[in-house]
Amino acid sequence: MAAITPSNLFRERSQSRAVGSGRGEWKYRAFSYLVLTVCALTMVVPFIWMLSTSFKPEKEILRRNFFPNEATTANYSEVITETDLPLWYKNSFIVAVFSTISVAFFDSLAGYVFAKYQFPGKRPIFIIFLTSLMVPTEMLIIPWFIMSSNPPIGGTWVDTYWGIAFPGVITASGIFLMRQFMQGVPDELLDAGRIDGVSEFGLYWRVAVPLSLPAIGALCIFNFLGNWNAFIWPLIATSKSEMFTLPVGIQLFSSEAQTPWNLIMTGASLSVVPLLIVVIIFQRYIIEGIALTGLKG
Amino acid sequence: MAAARQKIKSPVWTLARRKVVWAYIFLAIPILFFAYIRIYPALFAFQMSLHDYNPLAAEQPYVGLENYEKLVDELNKRKSPTKAAFQNTVNYLLLGVPIQLCLALMISLMLNEIRFMSTIYRIMFFLPFVTSTIAIAWVFRMLYQPRFGLVNVMLQLVSLPQQPFLKSPAQALPSVLSLVVWQGMGFAVIIFLAGLKQIPRTYYEAAEVDGASRWHTFRFITLPLLNPTIVFLLVLQTISFLRMFAPVLAMTEQGRGGPLDSTTTVVLRVYREAFTSFNMGYASSLTVVLFAFILIITIIQLRVTARRIN
Repeated sequence: MAAITPSNLFRERSQSRAVGSGRGEWKYRAFSYLVLTVCALTMVVPFIWMLSTSFKPEKEILRRNFFPNEATTANYSEVITETDLPLWYKNSFIVAVFSTISVAFFDSLAGYVFAKYQFPGKRPIFIIFLTSLMVPTEMLIIPWFIMSSNPPIGGTWVDTYWGIAFPGVITASGIFLMRQFMQGVPDELLDAGRIDGVSEFGLYWRVAVPLSLPAIGALCIFNFLGNWNAFIWPLIATSKSEMFTLPVGIQLFSSEAQTPWNLIMTGASLSVVPLLIVVIIFQRYIIEGIALTGLKG
Repeated sequence: MAAARQKIKSPVWTLARRKVVWAYIFLAIPILFFAYIRIYPALFAFQMSLHDYNPLAAEQPYVGLENYEKLVDELNKRKSPTKAAFQNTVNYLLLGVPIQLCLALMISLMLNEIRFMSTIYRIMFFLPFVTSTIAIAWVFRMLYQPRFGLVNVMLQLVSLPQQPFLKSPAQALPSVLSLVVWQGMGFAVIIFLAGLKQIPRTYYEAAEVDGASRWHTFRFITLPLLNPTIVFLLVLQTISFLRMFAPVLAMTEQGRGGPLDSTTTVVLRVYREAFTSFNMGYASSLTVVLFAFILIITIIQLRVTARRIN
C-alpha cells in the first residue's frame, strides 16, 4: 500500500475529479448518495430499534411507538440483577481472552516455523494443517461432544472454560496468515541474532514477533470477535446457566412460555454495544485487516 | 544434543540440524492439537456415521451404510424433515448468494466513487458483520412480529396489509434469509472495495478518453478484473450458507426451523438429530454429506483459480 502523503493525496483527488467530470455526473452522484443512505440506514435501524426497545417500560413493548414514551433503565437493572447475564459476560470474556492469547502465541510461532525453518516433513504438515480448514465445525461438534464427556485428562470438559475454548486455541487460518507475514522477516536479521548467540526462541520472541505486531494485532481482533460471537460449540459444550456464554444465554432467555422482548433486547444491547464501540474505534484497522486477509470473524 | 556436540567440526550441519530440532519443538503442540482436535474427530465423524451411535445406549453397533440409506430414503419421501432441510438449504443458497453479491457489488461501486462521508458509510455497512448473529437474529425476530413489530408498523403507515412473516410457511424463509443477507453484506462490500482498489486507475482513464459509457466501463473493465474477487466471495458465501444454523435457531418457534419445516437447514437437522434425539450416527452421516459438498466447492475453486494463474 502506498504511503499517503499530502502530494499524492492531492494528485489522487485531482485525478478523480478529471474522471468524474461532465456527462450528468452529479445526477449519478446524487443517485449514489440516495441509494447508499437508504442501504446504510437499513443497516443501522435494527440496532437503534434494539436500543430503543431496551429502554421501554414493559407496558410499552406491544405498542407501536419507535422510541419509548417514558424511557427507563428498569430493564437493565432487571437483567443485571435477576438473570445470569453478568456471569455470561464474564464467561464470554474469559473464553475470548484465553483463546486470543493462545492463538496469538501458537499461530505466530507455528507461522514463524513454516516461514523460516527448513525441516523434513514441512510440506505435508503444512498441507494437513490447511486441509483441516475444509472440515466444517459442524462435522466436528458431535465427536468433540463425545470427547468432552470422556476426555483423556480431567473428569469432564462439559461446563468448563477449557471445554468451551479448546476447539479454537490454535487456528489453521491464523497460522497461514502469520506464515505470510513472517516470510517478510529478513533472514539476515535472524542470522545476525544467531551469531550473537540469541536462542531460537529468542529469535522468534525478540525479532520475529516485534516485526509482525500489526499482523498479530489483526489476528487478535478477529479472534476475539469470532470467539465472542461463537455459538454452536458453546451451545453444546455448556449445560448449566452459570457457564453459558453471551450468545447461548441470549438464545435460551425465552425458554419460558412468554418471550420477554424488553429483556432480550436489553441483553442483546449489552452484548452488542460494547463490541460495536471497540469496532468503531479500531474500524480502519479491522477493515484493512479483512481486506488484506479475507478472514471471517 | 549429545549428537550435536560431537559434530562440532562441521558447524553448518550442526546449525541446520539444530534448527530442525527446534522447528519440531515449536510445532509439537500445534501438531498434537491438529491431530487430536481436528483430524481425529473428523475421522471419528466418518466412523460414527457407520454406526448406530447413541451415546445413551449401552452399545453402538456397526450398521454399515444404513445411515446413508436412511438419508436417501428420507430424501425420496414426498415429505420429510431431512428433505425439507436440504431443499431449504439449497433455496437459501440460490437466493442468498446472488442477492448478497449483487447488492454488495452495487454498494461498493458507489462507495468507491464517493469521498464525502465514505468512512461513515463503510462503518455502517460493516457493523452487522461484527455483531453476534444470535443477538441480532432476536432483534429481527422482534421486527417481524405481528402488530408491534417495526416492519408491520411501517407497512401500516403506508397502508399496506399486515404480513405474518415468520409465522407463515411461505414467508418465513425469505424473512430469515434477509437477516443473513443483511448481516453478511458488510463483509462482501469490504472485499469488493479491496478488489476495486486493485484495478489500475489508468484503465478507467483510457476508457474515459475513448468515451466509454459507465455501463461499458463496468462491463468490460471492472467486471472482468474483479473476477477473482467474485470467485472468492462466491465460494466463501456459498460455504457459509451451507453451514447456516444460528439464525434459524434464533428466529423460529423453539428453534425448530418451522413453521412446518419451512426454514429448517441441514445443520439444524444435524443439531436436532444429534442433541435432541441422540441419533448421532445418522447426524454424522448428514455432516459427512455437508463436508462432501464443501470439499467439492473448494476443489472447484482451486481449479478455477489455478487455471487463471496458468
